Amino acid sequence: MATVTTPDAPPASSPSRARTRVPRRRPGQRVRQRRRLGALYASPTALFLLVFFVVPVILVLRMSASDWSLFVGDRGANFPTNFGEAVDDRLFWPAIRFTLTYTAITTVILLALALGLALVVQESGRWSAFVRTSFLVPSALGLASASLLFYGLYSPQSSPISAFLEWIGVIDTPVSFLGTPGAALWSTVALVVWRFAGFYMLLLLVGLQAIPGDVFEAARMDGASRFQTFRSITLPLLKPSLALSTILCVTGSLLAFDQFYVLTKGGPDNSTVTIVQLVYSMAFQGQNDLGRAAALSIIVLGGLLVLNALQFLGLRGDRD
Amino acid sequence: MTWTPRRRTARWGALLAAASMTAALAACGGSAEPAAAGDPSNVEGVDDGTTLTLWTRAPLESQAKALVDAYNSSHENQVELTVVPNDDYVAKVGAAAGSGSLPDLFAADVVYLPNWTSQGLFSDLTERIGNLDYADQINQSVLDAGTYEDEQYVLPFVLDLSVMFYNKDLYREAGLDPEQGPTTLQEFRDQALAIQALNKPDTYGTYFGGNCGGCGVFTWFPMMWASGEQVLEDDGTTADLASDTAQQVYGIWRDLADAGAIAPGAADETGATWTAAFQQGQVGVMPYPATLLQTASETVDVGVTAIPGVDGGESTFVGGDGLGISKDSEHPDQAWNFQQWLMSEAAQVDVLAKNNVTPARSDFLDNQYATDPRVQLINQVSAAPDSQTPIALNFQQAFNAVGSPWSTLFRNQVFGDASTLDEDNQAITDVLQQ
Repeated sequence: MATVTTPDAPPASSPSRARTRVPRRRPGQRVRQRRRLGALYASPTALFLLVFFVVPVILVLRMSASDWSLFVGDRGANFPTNFGEAVDDRLFWPAIRFTLTYTAITTVILLALALGLALVVQESGRWSAFVRTSFLVPSALGLASASLLFYGLYSPQSSPISAFLEWIGVIDTPVSFLGTPGAALWSTVALVVWRFAGFYMLLLLVGLQAIPGDVFEAARMDGASRFQTFRSITLPLLKPSLALSTILCVTGSLLAFDQFYVLTKGGPDNSTVTIVQLVYSMAFQGQNDLGRAAALSIIVLGGLLVLNALQFLGLRGDRD
Repeated sequence: MTWTPRRRTARWGALLAAASMTAALAACGGSAEPAAAGDPSNVEGVDDGTTLTLWTRAPLESQAKALVDAYNSSHENQVELTVVPNDDYVAKVGAAAGSGSLPDLFAADVVYLPNWTSQGLFSDLTERIGNLDYADQINQSVLDAGTYEDEQYVLPFVLDLSVMFYNKDLYREAGLDPEQGPTTLQEFRDQALAIQALNKPDTYGTYFGGNCGGCGVFTWFPMMWASGEQVLEDDGTTADLASDTAQQVYGIWRDLADAGAIAPGAADETGATWTAAFQQGQVGVMPYPATLLQTASETVDVGVTAIPGVDGGESTFVGGDGLGISKDSEHPDQAWNFQQWLMSEAAQVDVLAKNNVTPARSDFLDNQYATDPRVQLINQVSAAPDSQTPIALNFQQAFNAVGSPWSTLFRNQVFGDASTLDEDNQAITDVLQQ
């Protein structure tokens, strides 16, 4: 970056100012000009952030502190009633527990599998382009569409999987993919792994290919085994990519909604209600209480902030 | 002090933030403007070429379209129909109600009517309905569901009744009388078991939405009503779903589940496909929506009978939608013109009955389109003494919502630990009383 020395836009850093030895006033103007330009470049993003994040968050904050029903609207402040009611909901703790379980399972499976896939396809072989593409194809499908596809695959009335298993004699009666709490959880995990493994593979692949080849060469000359190389070279150098993938995966899983909304609707017997589904049902499915739903959203937002801060801290600690 | 670009940007940003926030809050704050009241003594309403808006949910799309087309082609007023996906309807109506932008007319599922009328979403129609000289002929169940504190807010829009459907071909194969469906719940169970005993591939005795609270309400409540039992007490604030009669109803289904006579997937059925297996000819006998008679008859030789109770009787769930004029309508007299036309012979017989929908006026139940004895049976049961629409303020949360305490109750009764009945019933009462 510091090598940019075009007269139109010299960098604002002091070394370049010293090198060009121009009077004090002019670079000041340029700096100002550059700042203006910078602000101009950043303003669309800032505007979007303002309109689509800051304003809604303020609105949700106000809602969470008000008696705000879906049909009647705002009926005045009632802080902190909504927060108490949200936590007292009979599904609050089950939803938290389930969301955390789901996040842990998904993150571990997804990242392990994505790392494995990335290691497999990083070598440029005859089929690697084809294999890479086929791993990545599910990522092109929207999550709701993918969920609908799996709903068809799991539905007892149309499932080809169950019919096939019966035909080859593995099972006698049709499998109920969504019938028990455990089956519903693992069926959804399977969908999410299928949908996202390619995406995380790509993230990790980029990280893998950024590791210089001579490091591996040196290790090989020192007589390191494949496992030693993986543990002592690949993993440490891949840490930034792994950390990024973990943050994305954990945050995404904690906010899971579409897949459960389509596949299980939180069932059977409320065993797969995630925290975001609970927000949705408080707002639109019976309680019709926007205030309480907003309070729960704020609690989730707070939790996510803390979690992300911890993850970033951990990441920075590793670098030191 | 100079104006640096940065400061100026910051000020603009602040200004913009303030402006957009004001707009956003205003949009959600609701309007305080009272809507026009109109002239309730005008029996016919006004037909002066006004454009009216009407919202309904997707399951009623074809009936709503037929009604709106017939009205538009014979009136100066023009109705613009908006069809909203079923799952989004409550959210959309809620958002519009909160911001004071409801359409002139909108339909509501009868079970949500008590809640919506109590929240003041509709305009009072008591005087207008009272002026109709056929007021006593209008379907009483829907009128009752749309009455809050002695004021009437809706008229029936499209009725959706539950009846028992059976597959005549399968009945013949099993040696059952194809002209006689079940008249008691015992017969229902025995006939379903007889179909199951055919041991045909992909053929089962019966089916139900085992993870769908709304399906259970629609098909099982009539079984209890036909047995002379009520399901709700104290104006819909106490559940009465642990009675001996209710237990007998659950017992019938448990027998069928234990015998493997329920098509696979019932336990996971969220309601999206609960009518599919019968239409594919895979189910012998099951409670079913009467509006699907035509559709099911394309693939199956359908027999129809009323939903019976434990020892006989007949009942139906008077479901479907009521239609009201919204609190926000600025054209109540024009909207009423559509409403009163909706109750006329032109709408009830020439549109609804012609499309095999049961008329919502008892004097039209016997009409020139009701030649099929099955349709006659469906029409008659809509006015049977035990036919009802349940009324409770928190009905959606207690019964229809995903994972409602009602779905927990009947799932335990059919698939799980049946000993929790009293607790499960109490859980419904708790929600009803919130």
